Amino acid sequence: MIRIAQLSCGAEYSGIQSELERAAEIVGAKMISPEVSLDDVMDVERRFGVSVPSGDLNLIMARATRLVQNPELADAVFIATCFRCAEGAIVRGEVRRYIHEHSRLPVLSYSFTERTTAETLLTRMEALVTTARMRGLLARERQTGLTAGIDSGSTTTKAVIMRDNQIIGTGWVPTTEVIKSAEEAFQQALQESGVKREEIQGIGVTGYGRFLVGKHFDAKLVQEEITVNSKGAVFLANAQKGPATVIDIGGMDNKAISVQDGVPGSFTMGGICAGASGRFLELTARRLGVNITDLGKLALKGSYKNVPMNSYCIVFGTQSLVNSLSKGARPEDVAMAACHSVAEQVFEQQLQEVEVKQPVIMVGGTSLIEGLPRAMEDLLGIDVIVPSHAQYIGAVGAALLVSGMLEV
Amino acid sequence: MVKVIVYPPTSTILADLVDRMGHEPLVIANEIRKKIDTPSLESPPLNITPEDPKKGLKYAAVDVPSGVRGRMSLIGPMIDEAEAAIIVEDNNCLVGCTGCARTNELTRLLIKIKGIPFIELKYPRDDGEARRFVHEIRMFLEGLK
Repeated sequence: MIRIAQLSCGAEYSGIQSELERAAEIVGAKMISPEVSLDDVMDVERRFGVSVPSGDLNLIMARATRLVQNPELADAVFIATCFRCAEGAIVRGEVRRYIHEHSRLPVLSYSFTERTTAETLLTRMEALVTTARMRGLLARERQTGLTAGIDSGSTTTKAVIMRDNQIIGTGWVPTTEVIKSAEEAFQQALQESGVKREEIQGIGVTGYGRFLVGKHFDAKLVQEEITVNSKGAVFLANAQKGPATVIDIGGMDNKAISVQDGVPGSFTMGGICAGASGRFLELTARRLGVNITDLGKLALKGSYKNVPMNSYCIVFGTQSLVNSLSKGARPEDVAMAACHSVAEQVFEQQLQEVEVKQPVIMVGGTSLIEGLPRAMEDLLGIDVIVPSHAQYIGAVGAALLVSGMLEV
Repeated sequence: MVKVIVYPPTSTILADLVDRMGHEPLVIANEIRKKIDTPSLESPPLNITPEDPKKGLKYAAVDVPSGVRGRMSLIGPMIDEAEAAIIVEDNNCLVGCTGCARTNELTRLLIKIKGIPFIELKYPRDDGEARRFVHEIRMFLEGLK
């Protein structure tokens, strides 16, 4: 049983404590609270470096100090405070940084409301438990044998065939019916690789449709996308040693993962509104009358500064889009403004929740919309790497990881 | 007998003082007990459910964090019921129901603007202060009708 140390403020009073425990239980873990004394809490300023007016937040810091001193007390850490609490957000960020820097415990940081359910937390909890439980497998750097990976995403389904650390076939189709789309993508990849289905030694699946697809293909590995994508990203960007930051802006949500030696350290997953996802860029392309694959090139010719846009909400974002076009804004400026708006939200909401260390690797289909990595570079002030096959990152990660299971 | 809310609302010492002087202390332990004793609720340990922060909307707006509103769903009705209050400032370490500074600020504010008699004291730090502390509270409670 994986032990997740819960460092939180407000969870019980938001009525979600049982949801947190249920999410942990579903993924084979249990929440624990590291014991601290009153003296530890009173002494938090000297030990941790700061104390705050809220006692429960000081308790979080005291517990973090205890975990750093005794990392054997837990296998992973879940830090959570109320959404919209400034004091909580500051403490959450500092505690996350402190644990990340002083221990090897994987950390998940989250801000909740009373509407948070076990289902909302499931993918995040699964990733946390996987990182704690399968460290050895996640440290794997080479793909061996002949394996396939399928990423059943919310917008597109991707498949790759890999042989001896090389991608030999790919498939990419829009997701309609989950299994049908997976079959199509898989067939495309098989065809391109010239490999027969029965020759495949193992299949790994990830993405929203992973459970259904995993069952259909009798997959050896059925894994959430946080660990799989981070593995695929560092593999393709050749950044398996040392630190890296993976940014994956998906069709429905986005992820920011701080990776050390190929293993996720701290990560966050957002998706408050589709305005911060590839969905908004898809909508922008449609409104501009261009193909999504051409939106990025168009954006590179424009400037976001010429068009005011905030896609915090996809409805308001669309309103900005329509208003600016009706006022005669240039399509290239609108395209770049849309890219900048999405990047800005990921920067403001997700990248504040992880340690941003170079190299920064952008993956997923949206990373191929050139304006998006450019906007992220502007915001971060550093170069962003988009590896080859960036859109197949989940499928590559799954094919790589499942090859490790063949030898077990 | 007067219903007296104490701050911090978790203080058993203040509740005991109020009780000894023949008044009814309003403390959070009673509210929690009601929650825990309610059959059919299954949200341990406190049996606070996601519905409670919504009840807290009576005391704080929706953009106030859910933890504040959830706590206010327990403390707010006590303030509504209170006819007098004892507020003790500079408490050393408050956790749990009083572990959120924003909730505590709102609690003190709502008590003060309610228009009921209240006494405000500093937490005593030595024996002499403690004696004066108890004496002032006793005088206040004796003065309540």
